[in-house]
Amino acid sequence: MSKVIVVTSGKGGVGKTTSSAAISAGLAMRGHKTVVIDFDVGLRNLDMIMGCERRVVFDFINVIQGDAKLKQALIKDRRLENLYVLPTSQTRDKDALTKEGVKAVLDELREEFDYIVCDSPAGIERGAHLAMYYADEAVVVTNPEVSSVRDSDRVLGLLNSKTFLAEKGDGSAVKAQLLLTRFDAQRSAAGEMMSVQDVLEILAIPLLGIIPESTSVLKASNEGQPVILDDTSGAGKAYVDAVGRLIGEQIEMRVNAGEQKRGFFQRLLGRTA
Amino acid sequence: MFGFSFRPKKPSTAQTAKERLQILLAHERANGDTPDFLPMLQRDILEVVRKHMQIDGDAVDIKLERSDDLSSLEINIEMPSTSSRKT
Repeated sequence: MSKVIVVTSGKGGVGKTTSSAAISAGLAMRGHKTVVIDFDVGLRNLDMIMGCERRVVFDFINVIQGDAKLKQALIKDRRLENLYVLPTSQTRDKDALTKEGVKAVLDELREEFDYIVCDSPAGIERGAHLAMYYADEAVVVTNPEVSSVRDSDRVLGLLNSKTFLAEKGDGSAVKAQLLLTRFDAQRSAAGEMMSVQDVLEILAIPLLGIIPESTSVLKASNEGQPVILDDTSGAGKAYVDAVGRLIGEQIEMRVNAGEQKRGFFQRLLGRTA
Repeated sequence: MFGFSFRPKKPSTAQTAKERLQILLAHERANGDTPDFLPMLQRDILEVVRKHMQIDGDAVDIKLERSDDLSSLEINIEMPSTSSRKT
């Protein structure tokens, strides 16, 4: 039984695309056939984070409009056997997305994939609405910061009212979980940043994971590698745990440090690992 | 040992990021807002080939690979096993 998971947040820049790339790669690493779809029409970026930007030929919009077959638009990842990327269009706008078109593509993908990860655009307009509309589960990406938490609360309201499952009216709902990103344990301990408990108390949804603020996230995006593939990265390890929880494993919640500070000898030898 | 190493220097990730963007944006700026030409190209190729032989609607496959100094367009046309020529 395949699952559609939307990665959403309301606010921009909190780590939706980074998380979509990491989660989809993590699911594929565990042997699940996974596709990640970019819903940010006109501002395509998932392809860059996944490192497949030079291989885009056809896109999600071409498929919706019948200009290309789904298998022509799917890009097979070169690192992970079970991972595919469905890029969006860079030249069209979000009006090219239709509810019927999105449904048709998702239905076709459901036949072949275990997990379908939808990378939502920021905001609550058409693109974000359609990214969440057919979701079975939601990963709500939130920074421990007031505007991000507020926007996440708004998005949770939409997940509970403006989705296919919510509109069925039979009590079914999108299962939403919180992914707290860019968390800094030291600043939180010093009282400069809301704690994990603070955010959970406000949003009142289960916690999927805590991703530490980490220099490896920028390095990964520079190179077009999902950060979960970097096993020296605190953020990467935290995503591995989060993916385990997403598929129902019991994994103890731990707050990883971003990166270990480099020791004296490592600095002396100029090691960057 | 102190301060330098004999290993060849790997480009920094920042350098990698800059180069990836330069390649990508050069293509995007050149193509501007023109509608995607590939679906149209695919339709046209299909039409031309069909003048001479019977092939399926999805027998034409187009792939594009971009690099800094070279882009390659790969067009695969799946031929029917018994080439049924039109007369």
